[in-house]
Amino acid sequence: MPTRRQFIQVGLAGAALLATARLIDRSEAAPAPNHRFLDATGIVTIAALVPVVLDGALPEEPEARARAIREVVEAFDRAVSGLSAGVQREVDQLFSVLRIAPMRIPLTGLWAPLEESTPEEIAAFLRRWRTSRFEIQRAGYQALSQLTQAAWYGNSDSWTAIGYPGPPRLS
Amino acid sequence: MTIADPFREAGARGWKVVDAATLTADRDIECDVVVIGSGAGGGVTAEILAQAGLKVAIVEEGPLAVSGEFKMREREAYPRLYQESAGRQTLDKEITILQGRCVGGGTTVNWTSSFRTPGRVLAHWSQAYGLAGMTEKDLAPWFARIEERLSISAWNVPPNENNDVLRRGCMKLGLSHGAIRRNVKGCANLGYCGMGCPLNAKQSMLVTTIPAALEHGATLVHRARVQRLVTDGDRLVACEAHGVERNGAPATGRRVRLRARHFVLSAGAIGSPGLILASNLPDPHGTTGKRTFLHPTVVSGAVFEHKIEGYNGAPQTIYSDHFQDAVALDGPIGFKLEAPPIHPILGGITLPGFGADHTRWMTRFPHLQVLIALLRDGFHADSPGGQVVLRSDWPVLDYPIGDYVWEGARRAYLAMAEIQFAAGAQSVMPLHEGAQPATSWREARAAVEGLPMKSLHARVVSAHVMGGCAMGRDPRTSVVDESGRHHHLANLSVHDASVFPTSLGANPQLTIYALCARLATGLAATLKA
Repeated sequence: MPTRRQFIQVGLAGAALLATARLIDRSEAAPAPNHRFLDATGIVTIAALVPVVLDGALPEEPEARARAIREVVEAFDRAVSGLSAGVQREVDQLFSVLRIAPMRIPLTGLWAPLEESTPEEIAAFLRRWRTSRFEIQRAGYQALSQLTQAAWYGNSDSWTAIGYPGPPRLS
Repeated sequence: MTIADPFREAGARGWKVVDAATLTADRDIECDVVVIGSGAGGGVTAEILAQAGLKVAIVEEGPLAVSGEFKMREREAYPRLYQESAGRQTLDKEITILQGRCVGGGTTVNWTSSFRTPGRVLAHWSQAYGLAGMTEKDLAPWFARIEERLSISAWNVPPNENNDVLRRGCMKLGLSHGAIRRNVKGCANLGYCGMGCPLNAKQSMLVTTIPAALEHGATLVHRARVQRLVTDGDRLVACEAHGVERNGAPATGRRVRLRARHFVLSAGAIGSPGLILASNLPDPHGTTGKRTFLHPTVVSGAVFEHKIEGYNGAPQTIYSDHFQDAVALDGPIGFKLEAPPIHPILGGITLPGFGADHTRWMTRFPHLQVLIALLRDGFHADSPGGQVVLRSDWPVLDYPIGDYVWEGARRAYLAMAEIQFAAGAQSVMPLHEGAQPATSWREARAAVEGLPMKSLHARVVSAHVMGGCAMGRDPRTSVVDESGRHHHLANLSVHDASVFPTSLGANPQLTIYALCARLATGLAATLKA
């Protein structure tokens, strides 16, 4: 068990990193075409995350798979754009942590950006955050996984594989 | 099939409906009473005041969405009809709050469960908070009036399989249980109440009190977020709203200014205290936003050999109060058991884990059975609830879960697993990041006893926000008096679940309706005098 003092030190370091995240990275941040929140690096980050969070759920056929991933990223983007300004700022900080090496390496354990990491490395990062002793990392894991899961299971293309017939038709 | 939609003839009937998000010029509205919010409290209040001959304006942050737009698709319904796309969370992200944000508020998207306030909760409010005229007997005529108005009655259709598992499990274990009454008329048992009723069978405010208020000359301003209540001395004189997009961002920069003799806050138990705080209204004892309650809810999933199809059929038709009736109000926390609807997005994000483990559960989707336990917060010294705070003028609920609640959550996991196995489940898993599916009650019990009960490990949700503008005699411990009037501003009332001094241990809509019918009738008499 970490001592309370160690916990505070790591917590302070994390907070300092997040504060730095707030100051940098937003200069060139404009949503990518057809997106409301994600910029180009955000898109490749989530596109790398999607096959890991949805392992076994996406279509195998390459073209259908690529389309599914693209649609999940778009739905992820729509979902974030529907959140309040305050929560969008927090998601923004989460992206900074995933993008900026001096934060990403110590906080996620990923040496390379997500799009250059293997699915096993990304899964290890998610497992680490899932049961992290830091609340902020557990919250980050839940945000990433739930936004991705909601983006896929809201898509009617996902329903056949889970046996959900879709809403009834009103005659 | 033609669905009767009261708003279809809004134009022909001369109803005054304003979409603030499309305004091209600022707008000023003068009336007798401004009602802020159109949910259970605002809807009932608006109808009663308008019928009394008062000139009423209703201001609603969400859109006017009607039955023709309700397509039973989660991805369309949640961003359009819920606060924060159904992803509103407490400050530390520990609890996800389902809260409506549309004309009709929560009543447009709730699951129709209708309970009178438990008698011993009312007795507690009388004894501990000195509230007079709030006994079961006092409120009985108000309950009867609302039950008649909203067609609340026994649902004489067999429960869907998801609910029948709860019934059978309770029977087997000898636990008390009952059928839930519902506010429906002509319900086709579809199971999509949470996405807005496409048949207008649910007797929400959208199809009952709001149309009635409009028929009596009320004005409805929707997609309008009230930013501030404006005072002049010890009176409110106006409120200012601006048109909003679905994420709450300003739509056009146009504002609506509403002037009135009296103001009623019915913005829900996060919105109402939030607006009082954002407007810097008098709060000498710092009571505003304190003691906000949620019925923190934990979830247990089970897989059955046969299909459950929890997406079909009316949600929440069976309940058990065994685990709250069996304990003292101020003893260990009690909980109510219910069986919610199961749809792909809510199911997908509530099941813990990711990747292959998560996918394995999702591929059993039609076989998935789900129970929820709603924990009755606010009755014990160690259950003070949460506090509404402002973050950049935006109200957020800070609700850290303490050991008292966690202890009950663990008991709830045990109770739900035992019921699910008793009803024949193949495997059961508490929805908790540390849980694995268990294939016997014995195995489940051992596993649950070892689970770390900590924030963001257990999945905790809530669909009921209560308190924060407590009703009481003593201004040192409450925000409004027994007539719903603010202790320090004579022409401000609060009519919604935020006046509850505690949670209820029951789904709150009927309590809000009946209490607000009483408050609004009193207010109408005063304003007409």
